[in-house]
Amino acid sequence: MVGISPPPNIRVAPADEPDFPSFGDTRSLKRLRLILQSFPSVVSVAVLIASILAFGIVIGSHFFTPFNLSLVLQQVTVISVLGAAQTLVILTAGIDLSVGALMVLCSVVMGVLAVDVGWPPILAVLMAFFAGAAGGALNGVLVTFAKLPPFIATLGTWNVFLALELWYSGSQTIVSQNILNRAPILQFFGNGTNVGPVRVTWGELLLFALFGIVWFFLDRTAWGRHVYAVGDDAEAARLAGINIDRVLLSIYVAAGVICAIAGWVLIGRIGSVTPQEGQTSNLDSITAVVIGGTSLFGGRGSLFATLIGALIVGVFENGLALAGVDVLWQNLAIGLLIVFAVIIDQQIRKLST
Amino acid sequence: MSVTSDVPLLQARSLVKHYGHVVALDRADFELYAGEILGLIGDNGAGKSTLIKALTGAVIPDQGEILLDGEPVKFRSPLDARRAGIETVYQTLALAPALSIADNLFLGREQRSRGILGKLVGALDRGAMQQRAQDELNQLGIMTVQSIRQTVETLSGGQRQAIAVARAAAFGTRIVMMDEPTAALGVRESRRVLDLILTVKGRGLPIVLISHNMPHVFEVADRVHIHRLGRRLTVVDPKSCSMSDAVAMMTGAMAVA
Repeated sequence: MVGISPPPNIRVAPADEPDFPSFGDTRSLKRLRLILQSFPSVVSVAVLIASILAFGIVIGSHFFTPFNLSLVLQQVTVISVLGAAQTLVILTAGIDLSVGALMVLCSVVMGVLAVDVGWPPILAVLMAFFAGAAGGALNGVLVTFAKLPPFIATLGTWNVFLALELWYSGSQTIVSQNILNRAPILQFFGNGTNVGPVRVTWGELLLFALFGIVWFFLDRTAWGRHVYAVGDDAEAARLAGINIDRVLLSIYVAAGVICAIAGWVLIGRIGSVTPQEGQTSNLDSITAVVIGGTSLFGGRGSLFATLIGALIVGVFENGLALAGVDVLWQNLAIGLLIVFAVIIDQQIRKLST
Repeated sequence: MSVTSDVPLLQARSLVKHYGHVVALDRADFELYAGEILGLIGDNGAGKSTLIKALTGAVIPDQGEILLDGEPVKFRSPLDARRAGIETVYQTLALAPALSIADNLFLGREQRSRGILGKLVGALDRGAMQQRAQDELNQLGIMTVQSIRQTVETLSGGQRQAIAVARAAAFGTRIVMMDEPTAALGVRESRRVLDLILTVKGRGLPIVLISHNMPHVFEVADRVHIHRLGRRLTVVDPKSCSMSDAVAMMTGAMAVA
């Protein structure tokens, strides 16, 4: 039997050397990556706090009022709900370009059935949920059974949902007064209560409840672990016995239902049902997810990050508007934030290779 | 059924597998006995991987039969083999890097909480999973990981390999298959994984070790199965057969003695 003796040019560590270098004696860049890897939301939370402080200092009392800060939250409610749907899809290393159009389609279904057709409002809402689930299922079937890349599948369904919403509504807006008269429940999430100087809408409460529920499913159930595993390494997930198609299908259906919820919140936010609404919502939801720090390559990220991402966008838009800065600079700032967020993500991902 | 050394724990008889005109398995035989480490060596393209895939349900053979404990079995998927107690450590490891060590150990067979949420929505019993994962790593002597909650991507190549082996050892009730477990590792890390393989054997689990690394195979294997041209050429005793003779047989440079 031949013993194993290492070739002379290989350094064999002495026995007293620790098995692994402790994190302290690695180079600082690697150490930074490790921190980012363990707490990926650190950067986005820091950016959020820094931007609130910066705008507070520059703009002063206009910005820092409880009223204005609660306004920021109201302004980002719809995009945050939609961001929850987008987060689910992006965690599986997919992307959903159709969320905005599906959201508006669901709001149109609700509005037309309840106001124009005269269905009981609750049935109209249920039907919109069904439409959202069906739209999500269509995306899911295209991604799993037809094996289309999610980008292409949802690029197609985006246009399909856009056409359906214009056809079903006849391109007509259902004005706020008609909804208020016939189906006020559709505007429910725009209502709320005053807590001191701060207005709290039911839509905001719904947002937190929804995020709590979806977080629970992602973090505390077997299904959630499978979602992360599929996005992280689909082949590893398959070998571990996870049914990848079933996970993906469930993700797209869940995203579709959340789009319907977003459609309901949208009616509360703008008061009317407007088919022309939400043209950039799909990209805005991706922006919130990415700025929050969820990886576009899947498997890394969280709902919390998306909420932070949406708030960062909201703070920048609100703050720059209050400062009287031209809208084009808002776009520039958001664009830089996106690029910054993706660079951070790349740095984190280098660690795992 | 009691397992004696006469009845192989896992046996294959005359397995045949064609891929178009290519014959990957040509009446291949295979025997694994209880408590042993069987080295499986062969040149590239000899059909080692196809044999292992057939034995673990990843490939369905065209002909031939597989017997587990002397009973014929038909594995239609890797899940079937897993349910029968056969675990595989893949060369790619099949770990999800962004998930924690504990989540990876239980990936695909998570423990659910006993409460209503566990039944209704599959809520995890994370405490129990982490406890069991920690116990498993302690038993195998993989003490060097700092925390069971650490993500796999923070681990070195050898540690990742150890986690994959630990997963197989934790759930493999009958057999553990290992595909090139030391191929990507340095000298020290290979040493640790070989020790780990011996620890798993010490628990009574038989192991099939596929490797190109002859010193590793000859150090830990009790018997060495030499595969050539889609079938088993011979089985040699690593104590009496030299490594160079085994390589010569494997490549066809030497006839079987």
